[in-house]
Amino acid sequence: MLNNITMGQYYPVDSRVHRLDPRIKLILTIVFIVIVFIARTFLGYAVILAFVYLASRLANVPFRMLLRGLKPLRLIIILTFLLNLLFTTGETLWLEFWIVRITKEGFMQAAFYSLRLVFLVIGTSLLTLTTSPVSLADAIEILLTPLKKIHFPAHELAMMMTIALRFIPTLLEETDKIMKAQMARGADFESGNLISRAKAMVPLLVPLFVSAFRRAGDLAMAMESRCYHGGDGRTRLRVLKITKNDWIACGVMAVLLALIILEGIFL
Amino acid sequence: MPIEVCHLTHCYSEGSAFRTVALDDVSFRIDDGEFVGVIGHTGSGKSTLVQHLNGLLRPSSGQVLINGEDLNGEHVNRRALRQRIGLVFQYPEYQLFEETVAKDIAFGPKNQGLSADEIAERVRYAMDCVHLDYDKYAERSPFELSGGQMRRVAIAGVLAMRPSVLILDEPTAGLDPRGRDKILSMLEELHARENTTILMVSHSMDDMARLATRLIVMSEGKIVVEGTPREIFAREDMMTSIGLDVPDAARLCARLRTMGYNLPADLFRPEELKEQLLRLWKEGSAC
Amino acid sequence: MKSDSRVQLNDVSYSYEEQAAPALSGVSALIQPGEFVAVLGHNGSGKSTMAKLLNALFVPTEGNVVVCGYNTREEKLVWEIRQRAGMIFQNPDNQIVATVVKEDVAFGLENLGVPTEEMIPRIESALSAVRMSAYADKAPHMLSGGQKQRVAIAGILAMEPSVIIADEATAMLDPSGRKEVLETIRTLNRQKGITVVWITHFMEEAALADRVLVVTDGQIKLSGTPAEVFDRVEEMREMHLDVPHMTALAGELREAGMPLRPGILTVEELAEEVERLCPLKSAT
Repeated sequence: MLNNITMGQYYPVDSRVHRLDPRIKLILTIVFIVIVFIARTFLGYAVILAFVYLASRLANVPFRMLLRGLKPLRLIIILTFLLNLLFTTGETLWLEFWIVRITKEGFMQAAFYSLRLVFLVIGTSLLTLTTSPVSLADAIEILLTPLKKIHFPAHELAMMMTIALRFIPTLLEETDKIMKAQMARGADFESGNLISRAKAMVPLLVPLFVSAFRRAGDLAMAMESRCYHGGDGRTRLRVLKITKNDWIACGVMAVLLALIILEGIFL
Repeated sequence: MPIEVCHLTHCYSEGSAFRTVALDDVSFRIDDGEFVGVIGHTGSGKSTLVQHLNGLLRPSSGQVLINGEDLNGEHVNRRALRQRIGLVFQYPEYQLFEETVAKDIAFGPKNQGLSADEIAERVRYAMDCVHLDYDKYAERSPFELSGGQMRRVAIAGVLAMRPSVLILDEPTAGLDPRGRDKILSMLEELHARENTTILMVSHSMDDMARLATRLIVMSEGKIVVEGTPREIFAREDMMTSIGLDVPDAARLCARLRTMGYNLPADLFRPEELKEQLLRLWKEGSAC
Repeated sequence: MKSDSRVQLNDVSYSYEEQAAPALSGVSALIQPGEFVAVLGHNGSGKSTMAKLLNALFVPTEGNVVVCGYNTREEKLVWEIRQRAGMIFQNPDNQIVATVVKEDVAFGLENLGVPTEEMIPRIESALSAVRMSAYADKAPHMLSGGQKQRVAIAGILAMEPSVIIADEATAMLDPSGRKEVLETIRTLNRQKGITVVWITHFMEEAALADRVLVVTDGQIKLSGTPAEVFDRVEEMREMHLDVPHMTALAGELREAGMPLRPGILTVEELAEEVERLCPLKSAT
């Protein structure tokens, strides 16, 4: 059944990291990305690794959940590693055969750049694992609010995200139903080559689109009848509040940033 | 083409914490030419059952035998068997996708690999069955039609495959009285004229009282009782205990009987009750 | 505004632009505060158009719709009207906006700009009025159809309306869901005095109303108490509408000569009449 699917990759447990204000978490994640980029040595990376590990412990999220986020990107990471390994010129030759030259410098750089990718993915995973998509939408809306002055549709964007999240399970269920109904009429979604398979999707996609449009029309009317008129003058049930916890998190991140900057200056 | 269901059990999310038993050791048989009604609450397992009869779900245990052949057997051509059993889902109008009514109805026969002539003939036949005028509607877009008409197009799409057994899940849900009547009289005719075996899932006791020759009552994944409408509707207490109603006429009959009137126990059609009440009144005024 | 929570339609017509024939033509009706009025008609009769006119989703082509003293023609009053006359729609899935029940109930309040502290008690009492408090933190897609409709009702209720308009709110539900939703609305009508306009094609539901308006071809063809309306079995059938089975049976018995009283709607009522006309022999 589709009832127990989890939204995005949110890992629903309670922890101090989960309870952080999503705005702060979003900003700290951006700071973390900057930190990863300015780190220059493996020692810096060791500090970052220690930080990420501790953060995941504090968040009650198993470390392997963080690593799972790497799976879809494994090809890119391996490629980054290989390209740097093969095409970096260096002096300390380790291995040479045919036209391949592997040097110590090449290996170091390959390891460094692929680790950088790994840290970026782990850092953002930590955000999405500990923040529900709805809170994220909230955070994005509030953080983008200043941009409203230049007519950036911050509220609309967040509303779209919320509605999309609300309707994903509904549409999944519907897809399942339509698929079965067409199968009962002899449709075959499983065999054939790529083109015939793509063609077989038409009886599924057309009804799905028709239904999505109908739902959108209905929903727009229901929202209007409940006095929805955009973001102006709207209040919110969920008010975000910055707590002591958030200041501590900011402090920890500041220390990390300072360490990495010092590392860049002195090492 | 009889259908036999033997000890069918179905669990969703097998092996996880969300495991739920939707069907629990269900057995019954449907013979050729029957009109069987399946009644039960939402969540009683009706819709799961219906999908099994068409091989869309695999049983956790037990068998579904079509004409003696196990639908989930190893060497069985499931697609071929499936085509002999037409399945109309709830709100089937949501599965329409073609530009014209005729093309949409032709989807099933086309998947069966029939010739163009044969398909054209099937489309005419199916539209005739659902009382849609071919000349008027064949080239129209299905999305321009009324809800009731769209539903009939969807049913035609299944009938065009010429199934020996027709299974319908809540065919009248969401329709107004006029749309409902059209569907019901169409089914009545199909059953009488073509002798199609029909299994209909419905919440509506009135629909059942009108059409079914046999009823299967389900609750919590099990078959509670099976029998003719006459037998089932006479047991108002049992039906109420699982949260189901009986037709008003059956309720009136039961009520008058508890008041002490001499009436047969198994009346459920208003016409029958009318005769009996007139008899009572004439007897009463005679003395 | 309690003094004028009437709903008035004065000679109202409405045409969809692309269509030549009007969906409603020359409809007049007055719905009193606290009344439970059922609008009965088949699909395409104009009953849904009528619902949307009452909520200022549509503005009449001709005539005036006045809700709680506000004319729907005046654009700046639109939010006032929609807050006072809340609407529930047919498809339970397509009217829930948020991913958590209580946040959906909050949606209308957020739109009205109600302060957060005030929202919380209003949401709680709205959810408890529809007996959905236990589901406040649940995701809407986990609920049954009837529960979703009750959440939709709570969302309207939190806005403290004087009128609730339900546009075929039970058409897509199973019998128990239908019962659940109808019971909820009837309780709100009786206990809080909220005016209800109940648009439906189920005669069983119309039979429970204070008054029934029968709409066909864009006009109100019959109006009166359920007993008055349903006794006109022939006229109803001509309009392709059902009448309660017992009313129909009573009609046939009357035709055969049995002197039954008019206005029989339920099994109990017919049983009483049978008892009156055919006294049991053992009793005599």
